[in-house]
Amino acid sequence: MSSTAIEIEEKEDLWGGGVSPMNVSYGKLMMWFFLLSDAFTFSALLITYGLIRFSHPAFDGAIDDFVFSQEYWPVPEVVFEAVPFLHGVHLPLIFVGFMTFVLILSSVTMVLAVEAGERMDRKGVEKWMLWTLLGGIAFLSCQAWEWSHFITGTDMGSKLLDGSIFHGANLTMNEYGPPNFAALFFFITGFHGFHVFSGVMLNFMVFFQAVTGKLERTGHYEMIEKVGLYWHFVDLVWVFVFTFFYLV
Amino acid sequence: MQQNTPIDVKPIDKDKVKMFLRVTLYLFVITVFEFAIAFTVPHEYKWVRIFIFVALTIVKAYYIMSEFMHLGHEKGALKMSILFPLLFVAFLLFILLFQADAIFQAVY
Repeated sequence: MSSTAIEIEEKEDLWGGGVSPMNVSYGKLMMWFFLLSDAFTFSALLITYGLIRFSHPAFDGAIDDFVFSQEYWPVPEVVFEAVPFLHGVHLPLIFVGFMTFVLILSSVTMVLAVEAGERMDRKGVEKWMLWTLLGGIAFLSCQAWEWSHFITGTDMGSKLLDGSIFHGANLTMNEYGPPNFAALFFFITGFHGFHVFSGVMLNFMVFFQAVTGKLERTGHYEMIEKVGLYWHFVDLVWVFVFTFFYLV
Repeated sequence: MQQNTPIDVKPIDKDKVKMFLRVTLYLFVITVFEFAIAFTVPHEYKWVRIFIFVALTIVKAYYIMSEFMHLGHEKGALKMSILFPLLFVAFLLFILLFQADAIFQAVY
């Protein structure tokens, strides 16, 4: 009987101050709210992609007959078909699929670093944070190649509206389709890539703090959890960018 | 000040690690399945493709948020304060896709 009474009392006091009603620390809660606001930014960018894409005509022929044109929105699997060292081989979406796995795997190593941190296992944290850093750097390198290939363009190039042949892409013109296609590519993958870059910086910061023993002296590894939340968010956003920019 | 008491390292939580590996497997399989859809379902079935892609993406997002970001194990109040505001995203998607169609009709 007395235990029930205590439970009710606890429930009433939950929002009355003195306890953390969501049972997370201030830093973690604020990280969640920051990520929520960041999710809105990315949603706005991706929904804008949808708005602009569906206000252009779609290519409606067979996929084998597809050629780049300013008249309709390009089919992504034809645009993103190159893989490093395999020039001229048609390998649609293979490279971007590889990038997806790299980012997912670095998310997994991050979650293992968090798990090691909960056990106060300094060696484990160092090991898994190093793998996570490596994954992030690998992803950024892949993206650098992807961008430079996109900017350089294909050997043939394609005709712009004024009849001139153009290779590759910049913010105002591109060979793949309407001008906004490349602009959106640069904005969306660039904004995501900048998040990955910041994530790598934050990961390095907590890795450094773990290696020097600062986190161990603090008595907990919560910094790893907070930075981990950010890193998983970067992976989460990529899942959406992958679907809406490359698959649909 | 150096602490002299040794740090108490706890053993690996095997169930937890197993769960992470299971989620990794799910994410891997779903992504491979998405690739399969992208190359087998013809482009004429545009809306079928889009529906499958979006549904699978939401499944992936669920696993990442629930297990990797630990949101599935947090208090209900935290879950709701993160998930409910995302309804605004659905609202923006809804109005802007209608707007896209209106622009398309006006221009072409």
